[in-house]
This record gives sequence, C-alpha cells and structure tokens, in this order.
Amino acid sequence: MERRRMVERIVRRIHREAEKLDREVSIMHVCGSHERTVVEHGLRSLLPENVRLVCGPGCPVCVTTAGELAAAIEAAEDGMVVCAFGDVYRVPTPRGSLSSCDGDVRVVQSARQAEQIAESEDRDVLYLAVGFETTAPTTAAVLLDDPPSNLYVLSAHRLIPPVMEWLLEQGECEIDAFICPGHVSTIIGERPYEPIAERAPCVIAGFEPEDVLIAVLACLRMVRRGETGLVNEYTRAVRPEGNRVALRAMERAFEPEDRPWRGFPTIPESGLALREELSEHDASEAGIEPDFSIGAHERCICDRILRGLATPEDCPLFGRECTPTNPVGPCMVSEEGPCFIKYRFGGGA
Amino acid sequence: MCLAIPGKIVELQGDRAIVDFGGVKQEVDVSLLEDVKEGDWVIVHTGFAIQKLSEEEAKASLEVWEEVLKHVEEELKHGEAEDG
Ligand code: SF4
Repeated sequence: MERRRMVERIVRRIHREAEKLDREVSIMHVCGSHERTVVEHGLRSLLPENVRLVCGPGCPVCVTTAGELAAAIEAAEDGMVVCAFGDVYRVPTPRGSLSSCDGDVRVVQSARQAEQIAESEDRDVLYLAVGFETTAPTTAAVLLDDPPSNLYVLSAHRLIPPVMEWLLEQGECEIDAFICPGHVSTIIGERPYEPIAERAPCVIAGFEPEDVLIAVLACLRMVRRGETGLVNEYTRAVRPEGNRVALRAMERAFEPEDRPWRGFPTIPESGLALREELSEHDASEAGIEPDFSIGAHERCICDRILRGLATPEDCPLFGRECTPTNPVGPCMVSEEGPCFIKYRFGGGA
Repeated sequence: MCLAIPGKIVELQGDRAIVDFGGVKQEVDVSLLEDVKEGDWVIVHTGFAIQKLSEEEAKASLEVWEEVLKHVEEELKHGEAEDG
C-alpha cells in the first residue's frame, strides 16, 4: 500500500515533468533485468505518451553472436566437455544449438562449476564465458586462481559503456537519455560512464519498480533542462569507485579488444580477451576460433530489437512460430531476452 | 543469470558462503569482496557475491525510497526550486 503510494507519487512527478516537454523523449536502458521490472510491473503503461522507455542491448546472451555459439557447439562435437549457462544452452544457431548437439554439454551456474568439472575430468573442458562486467570478474577469479590445465575459456564477455557510446554516436535510434545497468555498475562504478554522461543524461538505477521510475524522472528532468550528467540512483549497491577487487581481477585477466555483437557491427574495445599470461587457457589454444560471419535466422528481428529499433511485437514470429518452448532467436531463450520477458510477463502474444 | 534480490550470509568458510535468499539457500563464492562476515547482506551474480548492502538497504523499505528520492532530487536541484 505504502509502496503503491510511493509509485503514484513518482509517476505524478514524471507526468508533470513530461508536460513541460513539447516533444517525444526516448530513454534507453541497457539491462535485461530492467526490462523484466518494466514489463512485469507494466511500467510503460504508467508513463506519459511522449515518454518512450526503450530496451537496448542489455541481454548478454542475446548479444553473443551465432559464431561464438557455433564454436562451442563444434568443440562439443569434437569431444570437448562444454560448460555453458542455461540461458546459452538452448539458443539456436544455423549450426544447431548446444542442447541438441552431439556432444557432452553441461549446464553450469557459475564459472567455479566449470572449473570443478575440469578438475574431475580427464578430457579438455571449454567454458563458454558469456556476460557483461558483472560476470567477467567471476571468470577472472577462476582464471587467476591457478585453474586446471585442461580448462579452456572462450571469452564472449562484453563491455557496456562501449556499446552505449556506439549507440549515441550512431544515432540510428534517437536516444535522449540512458538508464545505466545496476549490477554492471556495482562492478564498474561511476567513472566509465563519464564520457557518455557528457553527451547525454545517464542515471544508474536499481531493479525495483521505484528505482526505474525514479531514474525515468531524473532523466526527464535533465532532458527538459537541456542538461547532461550522471546521477546514481542505486547508491545502495553502487559505490562511485565500483568493486575494486572485481575490477582488479578483470584487469589482470583480460584486455579489451574490438568485437562484433549480435545485431551490431564490430564495436571498438567492447570485448574482453584473455591476457597473454593466461593464453594457455584461451580457447584458441585448443583450436577454437569463432567465425563471426555466421548469420542468424533471417526472419528473426533480434538484431533490430537489440538496437532499440523494434519491439518483440513487431516480429511476425513472436508468440506464433517463436515461443520459449520453440525459440527461433536468442531474445526468446534468455531470461533477460526482451522477447522472452514480453511473452512470459507481458500477457503473452 | 542476474539475481536482483539481495541475500544474507548465514555461514562462511574461507571464500565459500551459504547465502539465504528469503528461505532459499545457495552456496556463493565471496572472493570478489573484502571483509565479508556472517550476517552481511550481499548481491549475488552467477554464484559470486559482487557487493555488500546494509540490512536497511537490502530491505528497500519506504524510508529507503524516501531517501533515494531525496538524494536524486538533491542531485538534480542546483538552482531550481523543487516543484513536486
Ligand atoms: S520473437 Fe523470436 S524470432 Fe522474433 S525477434 Fe524475438 S526471438 Fe527473434
């Protein structure tokens, strides 16, 4: 009850703020968990007509390319034990999926589990490491902890600030402000957003409906005044300096490299590659190299959805040929995927 | 992969902790945090604790929202009278 009153109060302020703006405003978030909060609580329906809350490339499984998945599938078929997160396991590619391939594929919940599997196996083990700055330190922790020599890592880790910069620069989806991902920010803190915040309002937000609405309010206020800058709404978990231990681990294990994302071209310095010192654990040492030219299902519009140019309802396959039990694209598989979230929490097709 | 709800450390042995998420217990690696102890509230992602929270913050009560709103409005205020 009290929470409802709080939500109503924030929504009233949002409307008041929006009335003073005589144009449409687009606010993009880049986090699957934010999309889940937005859809589950019907937050879009509470917003004024001229405020669009756009879902960006915030689902790490969705932005992993078919080439990276196909490389892991091939490794499994060649006899390696492949460890992957459950969300990755069922993603279809033109070369099949990890769940349907003819090989030993294990679903893990953490990088540590992949390490434990390698310890108990004589065969070579490949860990398909997917995730943003929230997950990369966990892979780093394992890599820096003297892992068994039969553990290889295919790093599909990607970084959020470079894709935000790409989206702003590219301008294809007109973005007035960003809501920055809460958990990525617990790791990286405030500083990496600064170059972006010089050009567009940025608000770091948590995952309760109140968090997201307060972030929308803060974005609108800054847009209306023509201001830019960074506001940290999620101070309960995000310190300005981030998580130093995690950042240090990430820095020691990885270096940034240019990498293509699903739906995007190559984005400069947006991927994390294993450092030279750890190269004995790099998937390439086991002959595994992703072929980034492998495309996706031609009628799936995940690419446009991830760039903020379309919504799941724009896809002719949504809820018909493509459902969580029979997914066509990654956005319908991952729990952080916009199509899955819309299907499961947004009242179906 | 993301667990948005914080949990409480109920057991700790070296870098391994048992974290209670409202009755559901999970083993969690705490090597990415400094100075953790039993009773701490943490945010967990793919089996690793990534940040500590105070108990009050973890529970996100109405007082917490009042604080958050106040903090954000303060940050945005510079020069303009509060209009809400
Ligand atoms: S509904 Fe399915 S096919 Fe359509 S964009 Fe989403 S994942 Fe792709």
